[in-house]
Amino acid sequence: MKWNLIFSIATTHLFSRKKQTFVAALGVTFGIAAYIIMMSFMTGLNGLLDGMILNRTPHVRLYNEIVPSELQPLDFSATYGDYTKQIHSVKPKRSQQRIANALPLIHFLNEQPEVQGAIPQVKARGFYRGGSTELNGSLLGVDVLEENRLYQLGDYIVQGRAEDLAKNDKGIILGAGVAKKLSLELGENIQVTSSQGSVFTLKIVGLYQSGLADIDNVQSYVNIKMAQRLMGEGDNYITDIHVKLHNIEQAPELSAKWNRMFDVNAMDIQTANAQFETGTSIRNMISYAVSITLLIVAGFGIYNILNMLIYEKMNDIAILKATGFSGGDVKRIFILQAMLIGLMGGLLGLLIGYIGSLAISHTPFETEALPTIKTFPVNFDWSFYVIGTVFALLSTFFAGYLPARRAERIDPVDIIRGQ
Amino acid sequence: MKIIEARSINKYFYAPDRFHALKDISFSVEKGEFVSIMGKSGCGKSTLLYILSTMDTDYEGDLLMEEQRVTGLSHEQLSKIRNEHIGFVFQFHYLLPEFSVLENVMLPALKLGRKSKEEVEHDAMTKLRLLDIDSQATKLASRISGGQKQRVAIARALINNPSIIMGDEPTGNLDSKNASIVFDIFRELSDEEDLSLLIVTHDEDFANKTDRIIEMEDGRIISHKRE
Repeated sequence: MKWNLIFSIATTHLFSRKKQTFVAALGVTFGIAAYIIMMSFMTGLNGLLDGMILNRTPHVRLYNEIVPSELQPLDFSATYGDYTKQIHSVKPKRSQQRIANALPLIHFLNEQPEVQGAIPQVKARGFYRGGSTELNGSLLGVDVLEENRLYQLGDYIVQGRAEDLAKNDKGIILGAGVAKKLSLELGENIQVTSSQGSVFTLKIVGLYQSGLADIDNVQSYVNIKMAQRLMGEGDNYITDIHVKLHNIEQAPELSAKWNRMFDVNAMDIQTANAQFETGTSIRNMISYAVSITLLIVAGFGIYNILNMLIYEKMNDIAILKATGFSGGDVKRIFILQAMLIGLMGGLLGLLIGYIGSLAISHTPFETEALPTIKTFPVNFDWSFYVIGTVFALLSTFFAGYLPARRAERIDPVDIIRGQ
Repeated sequence: MKIIEARSINKYFYAPDRFHALKDISFSVEKGEFVSIMGKSGCGKSTLLYILSTMDTDYEGDLLMEEQRVTGLSHEQLSKIRNEHIGFVFQFHYLLPEFSVLENVMLPALKLGRKSKEEVEHDAMTKLRLLDIDSQATKLASRISGGQKQRVAIARALINNPSIIMGDEPTGNLDSKNASIVFDIFRELSDEEDLSLLIVTHDEDFANKTDRIIEMEDGRIISHKRE
């Protein structure tokens, strides 16, 4: 078959009716643009919401829980092995919260291929003192640069910078709530009394706001060394290890494995935050449902316009057939027209979708929960643009196929006689 | 040689009621013969022409083109035969309005695909010149007058050098001056190019000047009048 003849007939039809072609293409354009804006915006928001949880919850958290022993001395007795034993008032043994052998453990974890990063934390309790007021406080000793790399700590620092803490041994990133209550500002000093009773004077190098008042009113970040000094402990005193994996799905499996391998408790994110997965999957479901609906609506628009086009072109179809074009040729002419409309409308849709997404990403959006976010989050993932193009072509092909098949079957005699 | 031959062709319409439209039609057209079909409205003359043109395949009996049976061929094959062997001229001008006059004439030859685009264009201009309409070649087909359109349609019918031209009241929509121009063109093609013509017409003056008049009534051929 002569494709360039088919192509030139199809394009002549399209270009001699620019307005109609444009309107038909607009149907596709709106569908594709709406799809791209929807997906970019929805997945952007999803990423933001997921981030709010993922940046606060490690994939696997290793810690040492102080609980009574599962096995009591009586259980080891050979004499009473088979007996039913009852022991009352079992209390946990006085022990430390530290993780045994934490430093080699961190080293080991960081060498695992599944692990993106394992970082230590030291939890210390104390009191913030400002003037005569004393506030309960929880101080987290962290490696601030690693926290920033893996958990975007910087996103929650409203004043100052994460790096400033790394440079200042006696620095503190104070919870915004604490700062407000004690009327302290960036650059001022704060006194912290440790649970051991010693007093430290720390310099406020940053203010931290998570958006959760309960956390902002008590929590602050200091360097690990400072937290260890607050607790009166040495370099190997580590209370928590936060592990970030490459693939979040592996968290339950790995946490169970490490729980068995080491003398340590392990908590995976799926257990710690069961509602997280449900929320994410439902939001994803909604965005897919909405975008599929949009694309289907666009497809029907194309179908209608092509149907009309073919009604208008009845005479042309009759002439083409009378002068020796076969039904198949006529079908190809119309399918090609449909796909050209799809391609033009689709490309314009991609452009408008991109501009729309860009506009949204510059729209102000302020939230307490994410102090560093100033505009709406938008996900500029190129895969949406590929899917949009493929769909524009596929949908116009199918929307064009049915009317084109009708054109193929039209009997020229009916039309010529009908005049 | 018989360019086209019908053998016992019967045709029925089923809507709204069963209706016997063509009753046992047999006749043939010789090479170079100029034949007209006459009859009242509804006598079946257009129905017959569409069967002969191979566009209508729903009939009983046999149809032969240049002594080859074409009844029962696929739509694809029939459209090839139309493309190569049959030229059409209709009452309404039936040009593609979005294409230029020249393109309209070229399309069937481009579809045939035997010649390059340049050769086809040259042929098309020759045909347009033959019909004295070459000055309009670059105009859009929708921008020329009715008489001119009909001449373009004839040029298009001639582009693949067919063995027969079929016309369904080609002068029916034209004033007498243009009608006689069209007739003269047909006459010339028949006499000089030895082309066969089969023209359905209402116009008695037109028919009287053809080689043979086939008269139809109620789906039957009632007479062959030779001039």
